[in-house]
Amino acid sequence: MNDQETGDDGGISTRTMEIVVALLLLAVSALVVYDSYRLGSKWGDDGPQSGYFPFYIGVLLGLASVATLVRVLLNQWRRDGKSTAPPGLFVEWGQLKLVLSVLLPAVVYVLAVQLFGMYVASAIYIMLFMRWLGHYSWVKSAAIGFGVSAAIFVLFEIWFKVPLFKGAYDALAWLGY
Amino acid sequence: MVEISALFHGFAVVLSPFNLLLMLIGIVLGVIIGVLPGLGGANGVAILLPLTFTMPPTSAIIMLSCIYWGALFGGAITSVLFNIPGEPWSVATTFDGYPMAQQGRAGEALTASFTSSFIGALFAVIMITFLAPLVAKFALKFGPPEFFAVYLLTFCSFIGMGKGSAWKTLAAMMLGFALAAIGMDNITGRLRLTFGFPEMMRGVDFLIAVIGLFGIGEILLSMEEGLSFTGKSAKINPKVVLETWKKLPHYWLTSLRSCLIGCWMGITPGGATPASFMSYGVAKRMSKNGDKFGRGEIEGVVAPETAAHAAGTAALLPMLALGIPGSPTAAVLLGGLLIWGLQPGPLLFVEQKDFVWGLIASMYLGNLAGLVIVLTCVPLFAAILRVPFSIIAPVIVVICAIGAYTVHNAMLDIWLMMIFGVVGYMFKKLDYPLAPLVLALVLGDRAEDSFRQAMLIAQGDMRIFFSNALVGTITGLALIMLFWPVVSRGVAKVRGG
Repeated sequence: MNDQETGDDGGISTRTMEIVVALLLLAVSALVVYDSYRLGSKWGDDGPQSGYFPFYIGVLLGLASVATLVRVLLNQWRRDGKSTAPPGLFVEWGQLKLVLSVLLPAVVYVLAVQLFGMYVASAIYIMLFMRWLGHYSWVKSAAIGFGVSAAIFVLFEIWFKVPLFKGAYDALAWLGY
Repeated sequence: MVEISALFHGFAVVLSPFNLLLMLIGIVLGVIIGVLPGLGGANGVAILLPLTFTMPPTSAIIMLSCIYWGALFGGAITSVLFNIPGEPWSVATTFDGYPMAQQGRAGEALTASFTSSFIGALFAVIMITFLAPLVAKFALKFGPPEFFAVYLLTFCSFIGMGKGSAWKTLAAMMLGFALAAIGMDNITGRLRLTFGFPEMMRGVDFLIAVIGLFGIGEILLSMEEGLSFTGKSAKINPKVVLETWKKLPHYWLTSLRSCLIGCWMGITPGGATPASFMSYGVAKRMSKNGDKFGRGEIEGVVAPETAAHAAGTAALLPMLALGIPGSPTAAVLLGGLLIWGLQPGPLLFVEQKDFVWGLIASMYLGNLAGLVIVLTCVPLFAAILRVPFSIIAPVIVVICAIGAYTVHNAMLDIWLMMIFGVVGYMFKKLDYPLAPLVLALVLGDRAEDSFRQAMLIAQGDMRIFFSNALVGTITGLALIMLFWPVVSRGVAKVRGG
């Protein structure tokens, strides 16, 4: 059964990802069905209970993911996605590295926003991204990073009066906004 | 001819300096959004939505809908000059647009695509002007069962008409419904799917989903290709424009056909992307020069652009008349209506005349202004794409994060956006369609409300969905749409045998 490529040297196979995603969706459907059942998915005294509609949503989601899973496992899968990876591959290792080089810093960035607020985090994020991935000089990176952040500050805090997140340690408290 | 006088009233509403200014800002922003990877009509509008909370609704919708028109125009620029479709619906434009640019006919290709876009949009707007009030008047008779039947029709058409796996469409859609169910139940007030986290009580806002799925997901996808933009330069001078305009009337039949395909695909929630492909395919089959398609045929630019713009515009008809959006961007605009305190649906035409006709009038003016702006400013917009990706990518991530935060001023939403980004990346690569997910998330609560109301009326008897001619027809149509692949195969067999 498993002699099909399940992630050789080239990258992660589409088949593996199909199975993973279908299983995740199945898990979500189980959660939905469980919670709907808990709330009551039947007909109460005063009409349909809270879980009535979501229950069937969960059931349909489960049905759809099982159907996808079965089709993948039976290998009846004709793939014509937009992927640039060769057929059979979900993503090449090299591509995955590039994708992660954007995704991981972005996650760190959101963490930084949580701590230091939108403006400080954004300026530093743009600066480091340009420096590390774009290989720009420190001066240019810092200029653009802080420039963009300052522009956003003017646009949101001053013009539109929409306050953005200042973070747990508000480094810009001295500005008075 | 009530519509004409109403329309002129609409023009009177739009023609204030403030609204005209917003219109221009909207178009320019829209074109920029359309040109940049990772920002598109739907998430561009979603990000800017919070900035309009304090504006009068009419001005707000004028600006946001103009961003949408701008994005539709902008997609063509990158397709022709860089062979990179800025938007999914401009993929078909690259087939002949880029070869034309390679032959040094970029100006011609751009003029043709902008003009066709304009014509497609104009056709759809005229249709909206006369058809939408009728549909709305008709829909005033709708009760909960009829509305649920229309929702059913919308979602069934996604499954039946979709190109990929019907199971995947169903899965994406149900995930959208499940996400919509999170939070407080509208009718009983009980908490659903929150699992004891008070932060989840608010539910998942579809704007966050749109920003994550289309914004972050798209950035991750573009990164995979290790983007380096190299494109053709283009100048459009009046001579090229006039010469191209002289040629275009020859293709009137292609245009008309594409307009009709676009309008049809826009009203039924097929959307602009399939419309552009379908129109390109039909034009290729019907044209005398069909075999030259793909090597720089101007007709191959006219067909997809006309259809995409017609579909994009027509998608607003069901949004206005029924409160059911035909595309993700229309869904975001619908979300805007709710936030501005307007109740979408047929009553809009009765109670909010200024708003509806102001919007329709702005569609005429916005597309005209858009045509002028893109024709004159192409080199400027093309220059944006020459900014390296390592500068653009972090800036877009920052913009998306701000957009997600400002919806509810909640940090959790930024994290949710990141999760949606990863989901969007995986779904796109595995061919799970995103549009049904977004529409289900938007319409989930209202579909459920109308279903439960209908069930209450009927005391749980499903036969209510066939209880009169009107609701029976819509439900029947929905079922036909659901099983369309089977039905059409059956028809073909009967004909063949």
